[in-house]
Amino acid sequence: MPSRIFVTGLGFISGLGNNVQENLNSLLNLRSNIGPIRHIDTNLKHELAVSEVSMTSDELMRDAGLPDDSAYSRNALLGIIAAKEAFSHAKLDKHPGLNIGLISGTTVGGMDECEKYYQDFLTNDSKNRFIETYDCADSTEKIADHLGLKGFMTTISTACSSAANSIGFAARMMKAGKLDCAVAGGTESLTRFHLNGFNALKILDKFPCRPFDATRNGINLGEGAAYLVLETEETNQKTGNPVLCELVGYGNACEAFHQTASSPDGAGAYLAMKKALDMSGETPDAIDYINAHGTGTDNNDLSEGRAIEKLFTGKIPHVSSTKPFTGHMTSAAGSAEAIISILGMQQGIIWPNMNFSNPMPELKFQPAGEIIRGVDIKLVMSNSFGFGGNDSTLIFKKHGVH
Amino acid sequence: MTNVNAIYINGLGNLSPQKTTDSSRFLDEVNRVQSNRLACIEPNYRDFISPDILRRMGRLIKMGIASSRICLEDAGCKMPDAIITGTGLGCMEDTEKFLTTMVRNKEELLTPTSFIQSTHNTVSAQIALLLKCHNYNFTYVHRGWSFESALLDAMIQLRNGRASTVLAGGMDELTNGSFEITRRLGHWRTKPADTFDLLKTTARGSIAGEGSAFFLLSSAPGDNTYAVLSGLHTFNRKASPFALPRILNEFLERSGTSPGEIDLAVCGFNGDTSSAGPYKELTGSLNSAGIAAWKHLSGEYMTSSAFALWMSSMIIKNQRVPEAAVIRAPGSGAIKTILIYNHYLDLNHSFILIRKP
Repeated sequence: MPSRIFVTGLGFISGLGNNVQENLNSLLNLRSNIGPIRHIDTNLKHELAVSEVSMTSDELMRDAGLPDDSAYSRNALLGIIAAKEAFSHAKLDKHPGLNIGLISGTTVGGMDECEKYYQDFLTNDSKNRFIETYDCADSTEKIADHLGLKGFMTTISTACSSAANSIGFAARMMKAGKLDCAVAGGTESLTRFHLNGFNALKILDKFPCRPFDATRNGINLGEGAAYLVLETEETNQKTGNPVLCELVGYGNACEAFHQTASSPDGAGAYLAMKKALDMSGETPDAIDYINAHGTGTDNNDLSEGRAIEKLFTGKIPHVSSTKPFTGHMTSAAGSAEAIISILGMQQGIIWPNMNFSNPMPELKFQPAGEIIRGVDIKLVMSNSFGFGGNDSTLIFKKHGVH
Repeated sequence: MTNVNAIYINGLGNLSPQKTTDSSRFLDEVNRVQSNRLACIEPNYRDFISPDILRRMGRLIKMGIASSRICLEDAGCKMPDAIITGTGLGCMEDTEKFLTTMVRNKEELLTPTSFIQSTHNTVSAQIALLLKCHNYNFTYVHRGWSFESALLDAMIQLRNGRASTVLAGGMDELTNGSFEITRRLGHWRTKPADTFDLLKTTARGSIAGEGSAFFLLSSAPGDNTYAVLSGLHTFNRKASPFALPRILNEFLERSGTSPGEIDLAVCGFNGDTSSAGPYKELTGSLNSAGIAAWKHLSGEYMTSSAFALWMSSMIIKNQRVPEAAVIRAPGSGAIKTILIYNHYLDLNHSFILIRKP
């Protein structure tokens, strides 16, 4: 059975840029685009700061060459762009005969169109073509169509850990010998539905978010999509693709504490990190960087911070939340932050936890306040935690390091 | 006989439009209706959930908790090593409630309860919360492959030794809104259909249904083992060529069996003549097998194959096909091997193979 899983392709669209290079440029220039809502017609327009992909859905449709009368949710459009980039990066179209899976995470699915047309769905038939874009699987099916994939595919919905879980499940499928390689990640577009939902929970900040800061006051929601191409070692010998890094650990646990809140001691976060670390066979002190879930809520950052302190009893690695760059991309956050972590490893850069200035009195460690260059990063950990206590951690290792 | 790679179905819990929660009875009495939609026969949820949390809990969550509790008790399992669910549309009642309130109130004065419960993973998370189960927890949401993905993940977890017991289930609820919308798309019969006539009449459209069925899967047999889960395959109508006999033969070969060994084919006939083709093609190639169906009893929904796996497990254990489910009676010998074949809207196709332990 295959034992090693290599990352050989990346695709990324977010408020920072429409592809991996544009995202990297924004990160290197410490450029965030968190600001007022531009694309969504909502009463919250002037109440909240968010990170939106720059193009409107119509522009995304035109860019993809899709006819105006076809039915695509923004979720599917973002997913297609990022998945196509990853697929092309790994040149998977050049290797016929590979058993390629598609595993995608999403939660609000096609709600962006559904929330506009729900009354039409119930009372007239003018917008029926959008009905079947509503469910979570629609974006996955459309991505598969655009990549020409007709084999195994599935969709995962574990709220804000969906994309991290997609990567973990893809690896398990490959290790079980059921796939040669996989396109895995997640996609999520902003909707009035979840802007209002998070707003009703009173966990959104109208100013740029400040994770791990004593004055933090909530989340900025973001949107986008991010996919990784994963190959088994055996498949990689066939494709000859350069290995970007290796996926060495993935952990999934359920906190079983509360439907939306994290426990004060971070039991679920600890378990997810511990499981991933145990699978990787590495010790805590070998981890060079943690890309924290770090949403900027009171609850998450305290809980996650305490879990980090519990697991890393010796030296605590560099920690940052990159959500002040991208916003919280919810179901796409896991794969987006995996890519940000991998880019940091490639560049030898610890990404800063922007907007941080006041240490939390409850924690012994502080996040990286400034960008740190020239660091030899061998192992990175990326955390994603979701509603329902669905907590997941991924660990990537620099290739060729022992 | 135990097999290192075998996966045992050691417990069942099924909430459906039929009386299926009591495993000592097996469709002896059918809930016969004239309708184009079927609703679950719901238990007294107070038997499963304390009143203080029951009050605000969404319906699909209640259905999921009740059926998972029945399943765990049936298997004598207190704490599974993993909880894995599949749901096509998740908590529709809460989603519609939050959406319509948001539109009606013009985004003002919203309370978060229905939003919190609208995410698809709420059922598996709430099961974990009530059990205080910190183990692996996953939710799949891919139309007609939602339950199949959950089963597949369960099989991988059991075979790679990361779990020895997995609670896996499939659930969907039918709301007035989701019924009306899919009715407008032409999914359902325009005239009420009789439960016993649905599969005999030729017309467009099926009947809508709902349900929540859980399975306790284990790498070891138990006192109450129903069947062995020995194969699962999802396949795509868009694959070209879509050659059903070849796909079947390859699947059976991988699962260590052959077409001649199939005693019963449990097929997803749903009364819609336009969807019957693949089932007819399959059963036409399995001459020696009996044929049974379930959707006239459960209605059509994205995770109805979970009802089919419940029914097939009961058939193996009881060694009889309920009269209400028979299309073509099997031979007089033991029912050792059952193939379940389902497709959702002729896009998401799946095979599930179970055997007598």
